[in-house]
Amino acid sequence: MDSETRIKKLEEIAHQLRVQVVKIMGRFGSGHIGGSLSIIEILSVLYFNEMKYDPGNTLWEDRDRFILSKGHGCFTQYAVLAKLGILSEETLKHPYEVDSPMQGHPEYGTCPGVEVSTGALGQGLSVGVGMAIGGRIKNKVFRVYVVLGDGELNEGQVWEALMLASAYKLDNLVAIVDKNRFSLTDSTEAVLPSDPIDKKFEAFGWYVININGHSVKEIYDALKTARTIKGKPTAIIAQTVKGKGISFLADKAISHSTSLSRAEAETALLELGCSKEEIIEALKK
Amino acid sequence: MSEMLAPRDVLGEILVELGEQYSSLVLLDADFNTASKITPFIKRFPERFVQIGIAEQNMMGVAAGLSTTGLLPYACTVAAFCSRRACDQVMVSIALSNFNVKILGIYPGLFVGLNGSSHQALEDIGIMRSISNMIVMQPADAWETKEILRYSAMHFGPMYIRIGRDPVPRFVPEGYKFQLGKSLTLREGNDATLICYGDLVGDTLEAATLLNSKGIQARVINMSSIKPIDEEAIIKAARETGKIVTVDNHNIYGGVGSAVCEVVSENYPVKVKRVGVKDVFGKSGSNEAMKEKFRLRSVDIAWEAEEILKK
Repeated sequence: MDSETRIKKLEEIAHQLRVQVVKIMGRFGSGHIGGSLSIIEILSVLYFNEMKYDPGNTLWEDRDRFILSKGHGCFTQYAVLAKLGILSEETLKHPYEVDSPMQGHPEYGTCPGVEVSTGALGQGLSVGVGMAIGGRIKNKVFRVYVVLGDGELNEGQVWEALMLASAYKLDNLVAIVDKNRFSLTDSTEAVLPSDPIDKKFEAFGWYVININGHSVKEIYDALKTARTIKGKPTAIIAQTVKGKGISFLADKAISHSTSLSRAEAETALLELGCSKEEIIEALKK
Repeated sequence: MSEMLAPRDVLGEILVELGEQYSSLVLLDADFNTASKITPFIKRFPERFVQIGIAEQNMMGVAAGLSTTGLLPYACTVAAFCSRRACDQVMVSIALSNFNVKILGIYPGLFVGLNGSSHQALEDIGIMRSISNMIVMQPADAWETKEILRYSAMHFGPMYIRIGRDPVPRFVPEGYKFQLGKSLTLREGNDATLICYGDLVGDTLEAATLLNSKGIQARVINMSSIKPIDEEAIIKAARETGKIVTVDNHNIYGGVGSAVCEVVSENYPVKVKRVGVKDVFGKSGSNEAMKEKFRLRSVDIAWEAEEILKK
């Protein structure tokens, strides 16, 4: 497959995942929807193109590792895992339940395919650094991908991990910042400004690539470039839109964790091009 | 007097032994290796040593990540900082996933050289004991330290081990083997039971000697397995001796005294007196000064035992 065809296919996958995430949350009635929709394209390219990964053996020793450090975006990861056949379609109908693999934040051991429990912000990159150092000690060539939120960068532990990763020259580690510009209560600019993120990461010894985080092609190219960078870790700063794809949620802090009425879910799915029949079927409890 | 050795003095030696036995063992340090005395491992296995820098929260996350690759990480630094400082990382990144990470907390309790309250871990047992999946231990002496470390490498799952700073004599017998959830009775007696661990085992044994001179036969139990705790031995002590004094180098809230009360009150209620730091912060000073200020001397322990026997 040439890269143009591949990118088209990845765009289709991203669209399907976005529809799936809205269906899950619409059916349930609430969720961390904004930050799930901003990472759709990133996870699509990672899981369906970039990573060496065997859905039939999620514990394969040589697999590339993925950590969703901004664990609240987990419904996108759950949708990915379902598309890979790791979670069943039936499972997607029962999020947040006591015995469900789809807990409110990702849990290792509860959800197959989740590499480490996250949810308390700021912790995932440290774990990724440990995986990358572990891979080196064990002479493995797997790569480690960590997705962080821009609000998450408020956590000091992230900067400890950034420092250590460059000290250890971890070129098998890629951090992707989902820069959707909002955290729970307000814009990141209003809560605690973190710009210029790229300059700060560079100062911490990382190779930095700025991209549009909804352009499959730019994500695809950035990850390709990251493979060529030696002697330092790579950070991809992805400009995204919180609540991407849904007009009444896009670019608003309220989309962080919100309820979704039946009417809103219908509107959202219509905006995504779903048919009336598909929507009725999807929103059945 | 028998040979005196600090638990931390044997850390380097035992980690080298385990490093030879387990090629998966990796050691993490947060800029404390000269004090934690783990340098023999660093010299022997530099490729399996990870210097994190002064960043305990990051250290716990990195240890978690290392464990996912099949390695056996030991994260080793000041007890106060690997518990209080990195509490949430220990819970979310390690324990919640039941990762095979061992945490060695050096300088537990009041005995931190002259460093004072910021460095004294009077909360660490309470913190670690209330985290699911976490095992908590403190060896009584250098010999038990080696045994517990050997055990830790064989056991899969997260573990917090307090490692004392200062020299103490040998308490465990020749040929002693550590068993998880099992205590060691160091002295028999049926009038009262003194339950201790770690740095205060010697003082507790002395207290039993003082009590003996007054005709009181006190049982002394070394509770090195703090979680899981030896419920059987505690219930037996409650039944056979009727009175229990616990001795904590820790706040009386959340320490071994609390754990003993939980077992006793649910199974065989008897009077328990908790000797320990009574919900105040520590101070700088020698270990002897600490024991005097916080009433942890053998005379204090014996006095509490006599008081409880009057009730």
